[in-house]
Amino acid sequence: MATVKVTTPISPEEIAKLKAGDQVFITGVIYTARDAAHKRLVELVEQGKELPFDIKDQFIYFVGPTPAKPGKVIGSAGPTTSYRMDKYSPTLLDLGLRGMIGKGSRNQEVKNSMVKNKAIYMAAVGGAAALIARSIKEAEVIAYEDLGPEAIRRLQVEDFPVIVVNDTHGNDLYEQGAAKYEIVD
Amino acid sequence: MRELHVDKIIDTVEKMVQDGNFDLGRDVENAFRKALSTEESEQGRDVLNQLLENVDIARRERVPICQDTGFAVFLVELGQDLHIVGGGLNDAINEGVRRGYKNGYLRKSIVGHPLERINTGDNTPAIIHIDIVEGDQLKMHFAAKGGGSENMSFLKMMKPSDGVEGVKDFILECVKTAGPNPCPPIVVGVGIGGTFEKAAYLAKKSLFREIGTRSEKEDIAQLEEELLEKVNKLGIGPQGFGGRTTALDVHIEIYPAHIASLPVAVNINCHAGRHKEAVL
Repeated sequence: MATVKVTTPISPEEIAKLKAGDQVFITGVIYTARDAAHKRLVELVEQGKELPFDIKDQFIYFVGPTPAKPGKVIGSAGPTTSYRMDKYSPTLLDLGLRGMIGKGSRNQEVKNSMVKNKAIYMAAVGGAAALIARSIKEAEVIAYEDLGPEAIRRLQVEDFPVIVVNDTHGNDLYEQGAAKYEIVD
Repeated sequence: MRELHVDKIIDTVEKMVQDGNFDLGRDVENAFRKALSTEESEQGRDVLNQLLENVDIARRERVPICQDTGFAVFLVELGQDLHIVGGGLNDAINEGVRRGYKNGYLRKSIVGHPLERINTGDNTPAIIHIDIVEGDQLKMHFAAKGGGSENMSFLKMMKPSDGVEGVKDFILECVKTAGPNPCPPIVVGVGIGGTFEKAAYLAKKSLFREIGTRSEKEDIAQLEEELLEKVNKLGIGPQGFGGRTTALDVHIEIYPAHIASLPVAVNINCHAGRHKEAVL
């Protein structure tokens, strides 16, 4: 398990070097989207319309932050549970989405799509939202302001900490980790 | 009869919801430190250290521990000799939630209709459970209940013949199914007995107990200990990355059951067990 620094956008060749269990520090732009925004994005794709941002080689962060206090860039901003996005993620991966950041397991269809499209899934530490917010340097709502916490934001991040859960080779940290520490009586 | 004006309730609730979201209870923080001394996984220890650092930042800067500042859940004990004046109790609690979530820059996470899904914009309505008790005081317990862990909750109407072994298997299966999703290390809240809704309520109520407290019933206290040990053998670990600390505690509440029924509810809490209590 390595410690790696990456910059977005990121190519399929670079992403393939990351392995399940790696500690990754992300610098660059990442986009936020959770339940309601995903629904709208996929509806746009189904209608053959353009997405509000260029998704190719980018990362999406599943988060709905708290409102920023005066003078702050953003409020607390930890990951939300990812499986609720499973229905939508393969469509976005097919468009070149390179990585997703959230917490919790993905279904087999999403895992297969990540291997096929050379993309990865990363976990940020759920509930460490005040700490995580420190690595977010800029935040701007770029779509769906009416969704409030669920609006799509463009975040500029520096050394944003994540752990690779699913890599492009089909490995899954959650399965490996639990198997390693399980005690069977 | 003692009178209590709703303005006092509103002010108290406004403060409670903010303090609850900024200032993690010492019981949870101490449980993190205890887990740190026993966790074998390096990634697991790393997660626990980050959680401790996060708690410290949130407390010092008065910012939310987690961006999911929760459904505002209240367990209220209303003394039967107390007269609330100036308005309704439910309205007062909701007004306190409204002000607290707005003025505290907490996230508004409630949609007004579960199918239409339009955000109410002020985190109301709260979930309010009221118990009438003796005395002339108003006791309010608040919990900020996150959606991620709430979603990893289950209820089964078991058969009396399933017995305690069946109950244990079901609880372990729930924790296993939840896996990394509810932000482990978790607290497992269990309600056994009563009716369908009573079991669910008991599971929720058990999560309001401090970590480390045991049931007053000796057999149930033993069951809590046994299940905690079993849950922590599953290997899920902090954030599901693998490790020894899957749960910080298991709490069980029971109630008499129908001769035909053995309801079991499992309500999971994430590690950020945010609670506050006030007595007026």
